[in-house]
Amino acid sequence: MATKILMPALSPTMEEGTLAKWLKKEGDEISAGDIIAEIETDKATMEFEAVDEGTLGKILVAEGTSGVKVNDPIAVMLEEGEDASAAEEAEAPDTGSDAAESDDEGEPAKAPAQAKSSDDDMPKPDTTPDWPEGTPMKTQTVREALRDAMAEEMRSDDTVFVMGEEVAEYQGAYKVTQGLLDEFGDRRVIDTPITEHGFAGLGVGAAFGGLRPIVEFMTFNFAMQAMDQIINSAAKTLYMSGGQMGAPMVFRGPNGAAARVAAQHSQDYGAWYAHVPGLKVVQPYSAADAKGLLKSAIRDPNPVIFLENEILYGRSFEVPDLEDFTIPFGKAKIWREGSDVTIVSWGIGMSHALEAADKLEKEGIDAEVIDLRTLRPVDYDTVLASVRKTNRCVTVEEGFPVASFGNHLSAVIMERAFDWLDAPVINCTGKDVPMPYAANLEKMALVTSDEVVDAVKKVTYR
Amino acid sequence: MAARKGSASGAKAGANVSAEELKQYYHDMLLIRRFEEKAGQLYGMGLIGGFCHLYIGQEAVVVGLEAAAKEGDKRVTSYRDHGHMLACGMDPKGVMAELTGRDGGYSKGKGGSMHMFSKEKHFYGGHGIVAAQVPIGAGLAFADKYKGNDNVTFTYFGDGAANQGQVAETYNMAQLWDLPVVFVIENNQYAMGTSVKRATKSPDFYERGIAYGIAGEEVDGMDVLAVKQAGEKAVAHCRSGKGPYILEIKTYRYRGHSMSDPAKYRTREEVQKMREERDAIEHIRQLLLTGKHATEDELKQVDKDIKAIVNGAADFAKESPEPSADELYTDIYTDVAPQNA
Repeated sequence: MATKILMPALSPTMEEGTLAKWLKKEGDEISAGDIIAEIETDKATMEFEAVDEGTLGKILVAEGTSGVKVNDPIAVMLEEGEDASAAEEAEAPDTGSDAAESDDEGEPAKAPAQAKSSDDDMPKPDTTPDWPEGTPMKTQTVREALRDAMAEEMRSDDTVFVMGEEVAEYQGAYKVTQGLLDEFGDRRVIDTPITEHGFAGLGVGAAFGGLRPIVEFMTFNFAMQAMDQIINSAAKTLYMSGGQMGAPMVFRGPNGAAARVAAQHSQDYGAWYAHVPGLKVVQPYSAADAKGLLKSAIRDPNPVIFLENEILYGRSFEVPDLEDFTIPFGKAKIWREGSDVTIVSWGIGMSHALEAADKLEKEGIDAEVIDLRTLRPVDYDTVLASVRKTNRCVTVEEGFPVASFGNHLSAVIMERAFDWLDAPVINCTGKDVPMPYAANLEKMALVTSDEVVDAVKKVTYR
Repeated sequence: MAARKGSASGAKAGANVSAEELKQYYHDMLLIRRFEEKAGQLYGMGLIGGFCHLYIGQEAVVVGLEAAAKEGDKRVTSYRDHGHMLACGMDPKGVMAELTGRDGGYSKGKGGSMHMFSKEKHFYGGHGIVAAQVPIGAGLAFADKYKGNDNVTFTYFGDGAANQGQVAETYNMAQLWDLPVVFVIENNQYAMGTSVKRATKSPDFYERGIAYGIAGEEVDGMDVLAVKQAGEKAVAHCRSGKGPYILEIKTYRYRGHSMSDPAKYRTREEVQKMREERDAIEHIRQLLLTGKHATEDELKQVDKDIKAIVNGAADFAKESPEPSADELYTDIYTDVAPQNA
């Protein structure tokens, strides 16, 4: 049967092209792979190869013709034994064309948040307690709580292992993995060479292969070397595989400023990771949350970014003395209730938020302080319910101000609680500068409780 | 540890294979070629979009190595991945429907040419970032060693990827931890449009493991029997717990880097010469005919059968519907622990 040769698409963006030159003429024998024409695309001049063998029956588009649409017939090929009359027949309009029919009538894309602030959008915060009332408590540092979380999960699941620089014999650069090598041995507590990109990718492969890796970065500043594996491989594979496989794993380590370690070791990556669909992002403040959230992270079937903080490692908190407890993702914690303003923070920002609330209390301002605990998923409901009550909001984070997570919260509050706001939301952040080394400048670059106090006074018009 | 030049290319027609195996290799290579030609055709018709990297010319590499694999072995590769998927037994219909972005594709149309996976066939992608699959392959091997089985992972990458930093990082870890991974460098001599000699002064990629203590050898990638023999040796090395092995397989891609490559960096004659003198499929065809293992008619029948498979795949890929709009928001997160292994 005579077949039509169609104008080919020779680049992802080509819609039409110029038939620059015919290299075969009517009546020529053609074998598969022969160059039959040169076609100018939007990018380059391409050689157009024949796919099938046969005879070039008729040329339909003369050389030099420009604006030839992709899929328009440009010639007719004849099979063995056919003559030119078959070409005439093939020229007739083809009703059964199998060219792709574009369907422009797909469903409109869902917006991430709906622009309405009516009562049917009433926030429904989850107010269940994290642990039963009367639970015995013990005092622990964040460091110990994190270690216990890993040890408990490693005891209950043999596929969980921890790898990173200095996690085993050195007992952790910040001693978070102290004692794990002794208990679990070098099969499951693995010192890596200094090779972040490599071991992050190796961890992703191990997760694909059925294990539950905990990949420790000595600091998240070094994870920038591994960013491609975290984003392109870990976060996106579940989607790209149509749900067939993903990377159930935890990337954890200290994040944000420590003390006097300057620009390359001081960045807060909360907003960066929160930007990426496919990742879950946790940034705990207290030891109890660090423990309960890390246990959830290890059990979670998705890749989790777990952002710790070097300054918080040594702080002590009350931790439930339970054999096994977890904190769910996407559930904020109200640290103190108040009626005048909502202060939203997470991670080390919480220490500034709570300190500011104490100062404000002395001045007669009653602040509600919310710890988001996780940035992805994020508990909008608790924030929105609080803003409906206080009508004012200040966010606090250590990261840079441009495209901060506070910026995102402000947008959501504007969309969903506009009518309840009595003042613009203010985002307290680190300054828009690389972290300086000099002690005085570093102090200025960081967010402080005094700045939070000033912001609250602005939104409460005091 | 040693890096040996061309040691496995001594395996020619005399290699220890049965007529049935020869016929199987012929079939598998031809299936890849015809499938890719069809994919190129569908791309020209606008049914396949975006990037589409064809494997035509390199068929002997995956077919030879799959002949050395056993059940449970894993494979991971770059974006030039259609051949690998067909060679490990994935359904041509599902692969072609993924190329057309349809619901019946391996990733429900959400991955495309460069991002396909099959848990069932232990195929872990299809990776669009050059060399990202290399540490992932070592990680898959890590998981097998951790679990204590004797499976190996074939980690394929090109001569372009071989220059990426994460390959060096992975060599170091793989040898340090004795991971059962075969690093397969498919050296088709061009990283997109940059020839090997314009990219490195150390063009013998099989020697790049020496610094880390990894043995490697160069293999004639246009001879499926040589590839198979080298693969068997590499796999035996890995299975016995001796750690990774490097195979640099010299091959050649007949088509452009992707569909939109005008290929001005090499001559038409160079391509034609490879096709005429070194074609891997023609090589096996001649072995079958001269050895009287198959008749012209039998081979014609194989061609016909493959044409039917490929046409069936193309029909399926055209008829399968586009994914439903709901699919936009699925598979971002999962609630179920994946049974990845």
